[in-house]
Amino acid sequence: MTEAAIEVRGLRKVYGDTVAVDGVDLTVARGEIFALLGPNGAGKTTTVEILEGYRKRDGGEVRVLGVDPAVEDAAKRRWRTRVGIVLQGTGEFDELTVGEVVGHFARFYPEPDDPADVIARVGLTEKARSRTHTLSGGQKRRLDVALGIIGRPELLFLDEPTTGFDPEARREFWTLIRDLAGSGTTIVLTTHYLEEAETLADRVGVITAGRLIAVDTPRRLGNRDSALATVSWRTAEGAWESTRSATPTAVVTDLAARFDGEVPGLTVTRPTLEDIYLDMISA
Amino acid sequence: MIDCTGAGEAKVKGQESMPMRLSGMNLGLRQGALEIQQFLRSREQVMFTLAFPAILILVFGSIFKGEIGDGVKFTQYFVTGMIATGLMTVGFQALAIQIPMERDRGVLKRLLGTPMPRWVYFAGKVLMVAFIAVLETAILLAVATLLFGLDLPDTAGKWLTFLWVSALGITACTLCGIAFSSLARTGRSAPAVVTPVALILQFISGVFFVFTSLPGWMQNLASIFPLKWMCQGLRSVFLPESFGPREPGGSYDLPMVALVLGVWCLVALILCLTTFRWTTKRDG
Repeated sequence: MTEAAIEVRGLRKVYGDTVAVDGVDLTVARGEIFALLGPNGAGKTTTVEILEGYRKRDGGEVRVLGVDPAVEDAAKRRWRTRVGIVLQGTGEFDELTVGEVVGHFARFYPEPDDPADVIARVGLTEKARSRTHTLSGGQKRRLDVALGIIGRPELLFLDEPTTGFDPEARREFWTLIRDLAGSGTTIVLTTHYLEEAETLADRVGVITAGRLIAVDTPRRLGNRDSALATVSWRTAEGAWESTRSATPTAVVTDLAARFDGEVPGLTVTRPTLEDIYLDMISA
Repeated sequence: MIDCTGAGEAKVKGQESMPMRLSGMNLGLRQGALEIQQFLRSREQVMFTLAFPAILILVFGSIFKGEIGDGVKFTQYFVTGMIATGLMTVGFQALAIQIPMERDRGVLKRLLGTPMPRWVYFAGKVLMVAFIAVLETAILLAVATLLFGLDLPDTAGKWLTFLWVSALGITACTLCGIAFSSLARTGRSAPAVVTPVALILQFISGVFFVFTSLPGWMQNLASIFPLKWMCQGLRSVFLPESFGPREPGGSYDLPMVALVLGVWCLVALILCLTTFRWTTKRDG
């Protein structure tokens, strides 16, 4: 199957006088991890919810796994079996246990994964018999993910999946996502954590004011790979000095000669994804 | 995955209409079981919901000890209102409050994102309501019989009337509850929106007072809504035939009871299908 997982042309969404999404074009290949970045209110969630079939668009073409998510018909339910969704925020199921909720959701799908196995993969085995309202924030989020993947989706949407995670839980979560991608699942995630996008994503897209202003690999986004490097060091008097250069090696060689060996406090940095991103959205 | 032979194609098509392991019916039953389980596990809710009508009859039975006339005890009259009010509470009030809360918590949105057929959610609610209604009514009748000497219906015909009036009444209430759930914008505001409606209906429909002792305009107003007709239908079951002429219309008028409740079912069903909101306002 060579068709793209997601194909979007000229997507437009208007709320009253506000244009929330303004002509977005986007293609996500099968098996890819794609991260959508953007400030709050930039149109990220609107875009994703149109792709998920929650919202109607006002213009443009959308194909998700070859299906138009806005068309409500018998095929939509069949399409739903192929798409996993982890919404923003956590849902709760009152008095049910983790095992009961995951087991129940498995019944919605034609070829679900084994609930116990999925619970183990999100690290909730010890909580399988606990009521969902006793879970911590991070554990609830992992339950959300379990419900998103129980149907063995071809495409998984994750809307800010690790908000509220501690660093260790976030790293465990990344491993889970990489495993899913490794088994061929296409993943579209939105996140506020640039580190997360950089670690996970094959490509990132930056959306601001309803427009997709850049799409590239994390390394190349905003010409990051060819951006000037910053060389910093400490002078003999103890003050910090720095310079930006396209040829940092030459600068360092020069410095080495000047200090006749070790350069005090030497660092050579390229802009981080966060630097590039902040630069882009403030432009 | 796609088989090119005719048989394979038929199989793929078959799956299209039913893309789950379980049949839709079975899934509906499972959803109902899950709803009932959730209900039974919230102890306070179980206590209050099941005991409420029984407590009401305790209060009324202790206050009004006399006869209403024709050898009919007040308890015998008021038990009909308590049954109807109980049905309205579990059908209308409970759903009109519970559904907005589930919508707020994102439960509905999440279900919408799965291949679960939408009607399964409603089937689950209906089964839960039916389960609670039967249990609650049984407790009420037991308490009223043991403590206040309630006379239970003595003919098969009356039991049959009891069954269809209750079934039709609870259906109307349940559908109204689901339809009404779209009115409250948040789960928190739902009780404030729903409780006055339920309370006023109880007062004007002959639950707390003998219906015919109410002002005429109030009786007319009550006649628009299902609760009055549920009470009237139930009175035909629990009160003697001779009491019929005391009804405002001169008889129990069961065909009218069926008609009004049926129309409410239909109207509420249309409202459910056209106005039900799976997502909150801020979700667009």
